[in-house]
Amino acid sequence: MLRDITLGQYYPGESWIHRLDPRVKIIAALVYVAALFIVDNLIGFAIALAALAAVIIISKVPLSFILKGLKLIFLIIIFTVIMNLFMIKGGDVLVEIGPLSIEEKGLYTAFFMAARLILLIIGSSMLTLTTKPISLTDGIEALLSPFSKIGVPAHELAMMMTIALRFIPTLLEETDKIMKAQQARGADFESGNLISRAKSLIPILIPLFIGAFRIAHDLAMAMEARCYRGGQHRSRMNAMKLSGRDAAASVMLAVFLAAVIVIRIVL
Amino acid sequence: MSIQVNNLTHIYSPGLPHESVALDDVTFSAEDGEFIGIIGHTGSGKSTLVQHLNGLLKPTSGSIIVSGTDITGPGVVMREIRKKIGLVFQYPEYQLFEETVEKDVAFGPRNLGLSEEEIEERVREAIGLVGLDYEAVRERSPFDLSGGQKRRVAIAGVIAMKPEVLILDEPTAGLDPKAHRDVLEMIEKIHAHEENIIILVSHNMNDIARLADKVLVMDRGKLAMQGTPEEVFAEEERLEAIGLALPQPAQLMKMAREKGLAFEGSFLTLDAVEEALYNYLKKDQI
Repeated sequence: MLRDITLGQYYPGESWIHRLDPRVKIIAALVYVAALFIVDNLIGFAIALAALAAVIIISKVPLSFILKGLKLIFLIIIFTVIMNLFMIKGGDVLVEIGPLSIEEKGLYTAFFMAARLILLIIGSSMLTLTTKPISLTDGIEALLSPFSKIGVPAHELAMMMTIALRFIPTLLEETDKIMKAQQARGADFESGNLISRAKSLIPILIPLFIGAFRIAHDLAMAMEARCYRGGQHRSRMNAMKLSGRDAAASVMLAVFLAAVIVIRIVL
Repeated sequence: MSIQVNNLTHIYSPGLPHESVALDDVTFSAEDGEFIGIIGHTGSGKSTLVQHLNGLLKPTSGSIIVSGTDITGPGVVMREIRKKIGLVFQYPEYQLFEETVEKDVAFGPRNLGLSEEEIEERVREAIGLVGLDYEAVRERSPFDLSGGQKRRVAIAGVIAMKPEVLILDEPTAGLDPKAHRDVLEMIEKIHAHEENIIILVSHNMNDIARLADKVLVMDRGKLAMQGTPEEVFAEEERLEAIGLALPQPAQLMKMAREKGLAFEGSFLTLDAVEEALYNYLKKDQI
């Protein structure tokens, strides 16, 4: 059950996209998201969709794997589409069902809103699907480091993210273990009303919190034992280096952004 | 009471790139009053196997028949299975959550829907069986106890459900030698008192050789060997290929044999070694 959440999950691979520098991928994801808000017509969306399709194909991440993790989000999108369809008024009336009506502007807004959200979610999840969490935070740290002069604690933020990401699977595993242990003692999480179900979470949450504090304490000790002192003067085992691949990706990204802007101005 | 495991196979994350076969065609049985030892490397599938036995994991294929009922089939009442088959996890002290020892041990029996008197009776008995003083610990917080005591409380929480099969997954992991010995003695005592089936998962060959009636050897998800301790530990080369060692008494006698001393048979306990040495020395005197 807990393993089905793919949002933010890494899909192991060796594709061209996987091997790109994380900084390039982060910037590309940001540019892509920005581009989705520049786009305001069908041709623009077609270009954005084509770009995303190309990335998915090159990355060799199966489409079914991407979509599996987004089921819940699609429900929310469907809900917003329905709301937009009926609530936004303007233009010709297309369908009338009793007091409800779908009008041209509503259809238009609903469609673009849904397209934008779907591309946005899949586009940004491509970043996490093809980038190891650790290189992702390395990338964020590198991108934020220019701002450390004005007091942004780039290293600390990146370290906090690294640790948080690192411990998501650990805590999920821990939760799984505790749930099983309590089930073995006859605990029942599935039946009963809301109150008894909420109560049945106590035997999971208390050991989980105690476990989280224990893990945090052990980690802090282990870091101090190895003289961890924050970001100053640290060197890296795997220094990030831009390659020809990254240059090529940057050029493609620039072409994509230019195309989107030109289409917005011309059409 | 009997358990019959047939061709049990379990595959984690089927269809994904990190798919792995955790159990591969495992078949064995356990009869009333038997003490079964399961040995094998880390990741050999021991823990996955025992989690199937009380229905926490569903097999990909195969069946588990407990006293005539297939617990992997549809329409099985899990509460009935958990009542019969108790499972003590690795590091069970991490599942404690109540304010007092008494309440924590009562959690299992309460979930079985027993009466208050019955619950109190069982809690008192279980805390006594794990070697703790009921009156002294009942009102204490489980989190104030020592590591060994916490583990006893957690084991008591499962014993209080009076399972007909008690499965313990590495109950002595991370304990000091004294606590290790105490926990094993406690298991023997429970086995004698409750006359239940015990399934003990362990890394410690000495314990298994001494206690088990039957030994199952797991290797990379497969049941590599099964038999009495004498049969299993006689096949030293196969064990070594799997990466497991002989119990220490057997190792000692093997070294003596290599030095040219004629000792016959399998030596699974220190007592057997002592006797053999005594007889040998006595013969020498004559």
